Amino acid sequence: MEQHDKRAAASRGGFSQRTAETITAIVFFLIGVVMIVDNYTLGAGWAKDGPQAGYFPLRIGAIICIASVVVLLQSLYGKNRSTKAFVTGERFKLVLRMFVPTIAYVLAIQLAGIYVASVLFIGAFMRLMGHYSWLKSLVVSISVTVMLFWMFEVQFLVPLPKGPLEALFGY
Amino acid sequence: MDAFGSLLQGFAVALTWYNVGMMMIGIVLGIIVGVLPGLGGPNGVAILLPLTYTMEPTSAIIMLSCIYWGTLFAGAITSILFNIPGETHSVATTFDGYPLAQQGRAGEALTAAFTGSFLGAFVAVLLITFLAPLVAKFALKFGPPEFFAVYLLTFCSFVGTGKDAFKTIISMMLGFGLAAIGMDTVSGDLRMTFGWSELLRGVDFLIVVIGLFGLGEILISMEEGLAFEGKSAKLNAKVVLETWKKLPKYWLTIARSSVIGCWMGITPGGATAASFMGYGIAKRFSRDGDKFGTGLLEGVIAPETAAHASGTSALLPMLALGIPGSATAAVLLGGLMIWGLQPGPLLFVEQKDFVWGLIASMYLSNIAGLIVVLTTVPLFAAILRIPFSIIAPVIIVVCAIGAYTVHGAMLDIWFMVLFGVVGYVLKKLDYPLAPLVLSLVLGDKAENAFRQTMLGSKGNLDIFWSNPLVGSITALALLMLFWPAISFAWRKLRQLV
Repeated sequence: MEQHDKRAAASRGGFSQRTAETITAIVFFLIGVVMIVDNYTLGAGWAKDGPQAGYFPLRIGAIICIASVVVLLQSLYGKNRSTKAFVTGERFKLVLRMFVPTIAYVLAIQLAGIYVASVLFIGAFMRLMGHYSWLKSLVVSISVTVMLFWMFEVQFLVPLPKGPLEALFGY
Repeated sequence: MDAFGSLLQGFAVALTWYNVGMMMIGIVLGIIVGVLPGLGGPNGVAILLPLTYTMEPTSAIIMLSCIYWGTLFAGAITSILFNIPGETHSVATTFDGYPLAQQGRAGEALTAAFTGSFLGAFVAVLLITFLAPLVAKFALKFGPPEFFAVYLLTFCSFVGTGKDAFKTIISMMLGFGLAAIGMDTVSGDLRMTFGWSELLRGVDFLIVVIGLFGLGEILISMEEGLAFEGKSAKLNAKVVLETWKKLPKYWLTIARSSVIGCWMGITPGGATAASFMGYGIAKRFSRDGDKFGTGLLEGVIAPETAAHASGTSALLPMLALGIPGSATAAVLLGGLMIWGLQPGPLLFVEQKDFVWGLIASMYLSNIAGLIVVLTTVPLFAAILRIPFSIIAPVIIVVCAIGAYTVHGAMLDIWFMVLFGVVGYVLKKLDYPLAPLVLSLVLGDKAENAFRQTMLGSKGNLDIFWSNPLVGSITALALLMLFWPAISFAWRKLRQLV
């Protein structure tokens, strides 16, 4: 089964748990290196009045480096290293179906304000992923957004990012 | 009795219409947040925290702590009815809770779970009432070295709790690293901003929590393709009363689980470990031990009581020492700082109304919570039946709003998305997230304690052994740090002999 999973993952463009472990360990190692370098240039030694600003973070970076090397070695040579798929191609498509619209949504917030973007996001997601009728999708997405508007702008007076449409209504 | 008088005063603070209203809102919100996938204790509290900026701190903490109690109660609902633990601490509840629901005894299981939770929480609140002031009084004598030693102990005792000690360490250190980004409060130097002015104010822990636990969780649920097919939740007065009649014979299980829970909550073992341990120990000592897992009330009571006792007592070190015992408690602690309160033992001296109002509200809100969950379970179970394609985008919208309201910065929404991806990967690879949140919230405070200590000792590390108190805390911390290695060596040694 596990063998099968691995092959399936490879053939559909997914990758194994082990690869994922290795990559994250390397990324963490690099983060540790960046921390060490940045804080070293800042000054990580002792000043007259105690440790310099970089003293603490530099050591934190060093610990990350050491621990990530151990995790890396475990993932490469460890006894119970896993051969199962980290995520299969099919499952990963599901994740992307959530993730790509989310990115589009955040972009839309930047352009059109959060309210217009939310109506579009919830409505389109329901229509395309849930296969609801246009009417149902619109009713749900608009009523949720109106409720949020009422709660944040009217009740709590917390301003959220707004675009040209809200400006028309004088908000 | 001193604590008793203060407690009465606390009730006077908590028992206003406004605060009781906040309590109810908090509990209902907490249950909703706990039932929904992608929202939970830490990020539910994080999203709502910005709304409390202008509130009076006592009312704000009452509402937010009630959200926390609500999420604790909600875990049982999803575990028993849907076999889906909404929170990790309710995994053990599924073992016997779901079989009971399959046999059509969901009502009994829910009543037992809620009542057990209530009793566990009650024991923990009693403990907080009488022990927290003493701990705080004792901690007033602490100087910077003692405080740093206590921080060290907190962090070190986390190391042994995860599956892989090194992953726990990485996760924790990433939290410290994130906490260090921005302007250094002592020297004014810019740390790790890479010339990017937006990073001057640092990375707010709320954004990280909303991303890690919110978007990350949604991505995982999406991948698992959750289909909620729940058992029906019929809960009426007759079932409740009949279940209550059966409960007294489980008093020993309840007592045991309460003690385990309180211990695991004060030391940062956490509710998840507590619930498993409560279940395991009940199984070992029960006469029906071999029938555990087939649908025993005892198997529901044991983990739920322990989880609630632990979740509640996690607030003891938060109040008395300024050190949270769980991820949600860490977010609450961050809230204290935002409202302008200085967490730590002085809280009991300077903010009497706040502390005792909160403690008194714990008694009230647990009673209120029990009544709310017993009467409204079907309503909350219905929320879970809302299709994922509606719930998922709405939760992402809520997360985006939550991230934006922290500082009113668009960039924070992008950070939230980034941490969502990080959360997804870390969770899939078994990196624990709670240590990251804990060190992110406490990072600056721990570092300041260290610097002040070094200022006093002129850079001599011997100061951590300079008196019996700080010496024994430091020794204990090192013992906890190396505990995984020690127990590994011990096992090898026993195999050899």
